Amino acid sequence: MEKLRYERPLIKRLESEMPNKFGMKAEHFPKSHIDGVAVKDLLEEHGSPLFVISEKTIRNTYQRAKKAFSTRYPKVQFAWSYKTNYMDAVCNIYHQEGSWAEVVSGFEYDKAIKNGVPGKRIIFNGPDKTISDLTKAIQNESLIHIDHLDELYTIVELTETIKKRPRVAIRVNMDTGVYPMWDRFGFNYENGQAWDALNKIMASGRMDLIGLHTHIGTFMLSAKAYGVAARKLADLALGLKRKYNHDIKYIDLGGGFPSKNTLKGAYLPGNDTNPVFDDFAEEIASALLNSEFSPDALPLLILETGRALVDDAGFLLGTVISNKRSSKGKRNTIIDIGVNLLFTSFWYDHKISPAQEFTHFNEETTVFGPLCMNIDVIRESALLPLLNRGDHFVIHSVGAYNMTQWMQFITLRPRIVLIDMNEKVHIIREAETMDSFNKFENTPEHLKKFEL
Amino acid sequence: MTKKRKLTIAVSGLNAVDSPGPGVAVIRALREAESFDVRIIGIAYESLEPGIFMHNLVDKTYQFPYPSAGVDAILERLEYIHSIEKLDVFIPNFDSELYPFIKLEDTLKEMGIHMFLPTMEQFEERHKVNLNEFGEKYGINVPKSKAIHDLGAIYSISSEFTYPVLVKGKYYDAAVAYNMEQVKTHFNKISAKWGYPIIIQEFVHGTEFNVTGLGDGFGNTIAAVPMRKQYITDKGKAWGGISISDKRMLELTDKFLSQTKWRGGFELELMKNKENEFYLLEINPRMPAWIYLAVGVGQNIPEALVKLALGEKVEPFTSYKVGKMFVRYAWDMIVDMEEFQIISTRGEL
Amino acid sequence: MKIKPNIAVSDSGFVFNPDTGESFTVNPIGVDIINYLKDNKNTGEISTQIRQKYNVEQPTFEKDFDDFVGLMLNYSLVIND
Repeated sequence: MEKLRYERPLIKRLESEMPNKFGMKAEHFPKSHIDGVAVKDLLEEHGSPLFVISEKTIRNTYQRAKKAFSTRYPKVQFAWSYKTNYMDAVCNIYHQEGSWAEVVSGFEYDKAIKNGVPGKRIIFNGPDKTISDLTKAIQNESLIHIDHLDELYTIVELTETIKKRPRVAIRVNMDTGVYPMWDRFGFNYENGQAWDALNKIMASGRMDLIGLHTHIGTFMLSAKAYGVAARKLADLALGLKRKYNHDIKYIDLGGGFPSKNTLKGAYLPGNDTNPVFDDFAEEIASALLNSEFSPDALPLLILETGRALVDDAGFLLGTVISNKRSSKGKRNTIIDIGVNLLFTSFWYDHKISPAQEFTHFNEETTVFGPLCMNIDVIRESALLPLLNRGDHFVIHSVGAYNMTQWMQFITLRPRIVLIDMNEKVHIIREAETMDSFNKFENTPEHLKKFEL
Repeated sequence: MTKKRKLTIAVSGLNAVDSPGPGVAVIRALREAESFDVRIIGIAYESLEPGIFMHNLVDKTYQFPYPSAGVDAILERLEYIHSIEKLDVFIPNFDSELYPFIKLEDTLKEMGIHMFLPTMEQFEERHKVNLNEFGEKYGINVPKSKAIHDLGAIYSISSEFTYPVLVKGKYYDAAVAYNMEQVKTHFNKISAKWGYPIIIQEFVHGTEFNVTGLGDGFGNTIAAVPMRKQYITDKGKAWGGISISDKRMLELTDKFLSQTKWRGGFELELMKNKENEFYLLEINPRMPAWIYLAVGVGQNIPEALVKLALGEKVEPFTSYKVGKMFVRYAWDMIVDMEEFQIISTRGEL
Repeated sequence: MKIKPNIAVSDSGFVFNPDTGESFTVNPIGVDIINYLKDNKNTGEISTQIRQKYNVEQPTFEKDFDDFVGLMLNYSLVIND
């Protein structure tokens, strides 16, 4: 007789609690395959833990976003936010789909150029653009989004030596009624800084002012705020039209759309509550169409959304190391994925699904990473089925920021694979090795020897 | 007598405890409906909800995943229950169920399960975080409220409000604060439990009144019964109340319904101050636990709601008996452990 | 270690402790273990029986078994000899 699948014995006291309307989150469904490839096979071949990116999900999500906006507004352009995930393979999927590049450092800028993005199709954001970055960007005719007055003056100075007119926009910050208000980047709308900066650019006569940019926040749960932002940028554009008879070419509303992740402290799952592309598109498109732009001078709408496009396409596969019980009697599960790989676990309750079948019995569990560090907690409390040592699981929606903010800490970083449209698996980043890590180190001669 | 048609109706909120859910009262109303007979399917979240064991009221109970489990889990369970019971109508009675069920309304309709819920816009708009805007938009008096996200914002309260103020959680909990120190204490306590923002609200002194009713979604008042709480428990729940005839409360209700085109059952929490002005404190987007009083005075709101859910025409109620009281009481049922065992292990009883 | 004689487990996994009035649920393998304990089987016998029925290595099972029995001890469902 074939033996039954083992599940550890479980005894639970029935607590006589009344529904307090705030129950536990049960995560019910096994995730044994990603795009038709077995989780078990992936881990066997590539080791555990393992990042997996689904090309299919990326393209589908992109198409959905594009459709949401382009059915409501005639001129739409996406620009892939490199910082969200700058694996070349990932960036190039977006470029194949038609995305420009949005970068925030010289490093990211060079990456985009190396990927083959034409300079004219690179948007350069951020407060730290060096003189050599700016020089390059001016020569390549990239779109420079000015963040502060010092940068504006630097660009004016550079035009004395470079014989090209920089193509610029300013970044505007504003009150859109959401909290917290991001006012550290760019020029403020309400107090007149933004209008002042625009006048300075026009007065210099040395640059082409072609756009207006804002980025109102991150993981925005209100679509309405984008309508406010669009109206305020339209108002600035109208001011330029009146005063200088100058038409700006584009309005860039940045990113900040949420993925399906659930923020810590949220009661209902993000998958149910977070606004979707259609909600944002509706607000933004109506704000622009109802503004005073004349129909034949409607600006191009640029979107730099990163998280909402890539988060759900990323999976992190891992293995259970051990089950323990805490001094207070609570179940602890240690997995081979820590906060070094899953930076976003600091603000999300990431969904974790076992990769194999399980019964409906479950236990409230704290999920710890493997690091020798107390803050290494992946989930403070999750209602999980009874996972055994060696069992596999899938952490969902990890495609944004984790592959750029991960830390080489205590251990080396694992492989990243991509599953293509035909369900073929490609390694897009090798696991780090002792050699790759040591390549950067140099030990002075007198420190090379010791006796113990 | 002609035989009445039989409807299968699922009802949640079976927690008839000291801070009760409306489910048991709703079921009593449905059992007394004149236009149909019912088979009642109880929807329970915990195995000790009293309604589970009231076999004269509830025919069969199923345990159900919490709203926080997500729409997919809810739908899966619902499909299972529907495959056995063939539900005609589903009446969710918890605030926290409304968000997922409003999202699921169309899906359920395709399955043949009817509901009669507010729209997502109505549901969001009446949220206490948005009460100020709501009052402004519809010209209804509301206490001044401010949502705050961090302790730093507390310092402006003294200049904007006069103490005492109410400190309220996003979903539940409220406390009175008489000075800034107390605001801080409540802020920390409530935000730790329900998250941000915290709502600071002007404290309106006066007498509390409630109205329950039913809007048809086109701005018409189908039912409205005002009540004054006579005895309030330490949890702030009415333990006794009396139906009253205040024209202005009815006018306010009509205004609320005609302006918002509210769809579904509701409860308005009102405060009448010394100047005899009514303030709208809160809009509960569902029927209250005292809904049976409405039946007792001649307006069977749950019955009317079921008919509206089924797309039938309902004539508005035009009168009710004034001066009828409800007095709530506790009742100890004797339950075999066998039953508790079955609901605990099988999730059905 | 012995299970208290008045502790019963139903096939559906419901356990009631008449001394304390507490109730518990256990999963199917837990039901097996409680029934073995009621039959006065010792740890070695239980381990053998379980490993015949379920696909599990001895060290894994014994660790989980100790944890399970530890909780039962905590809940006053078993007594130490």
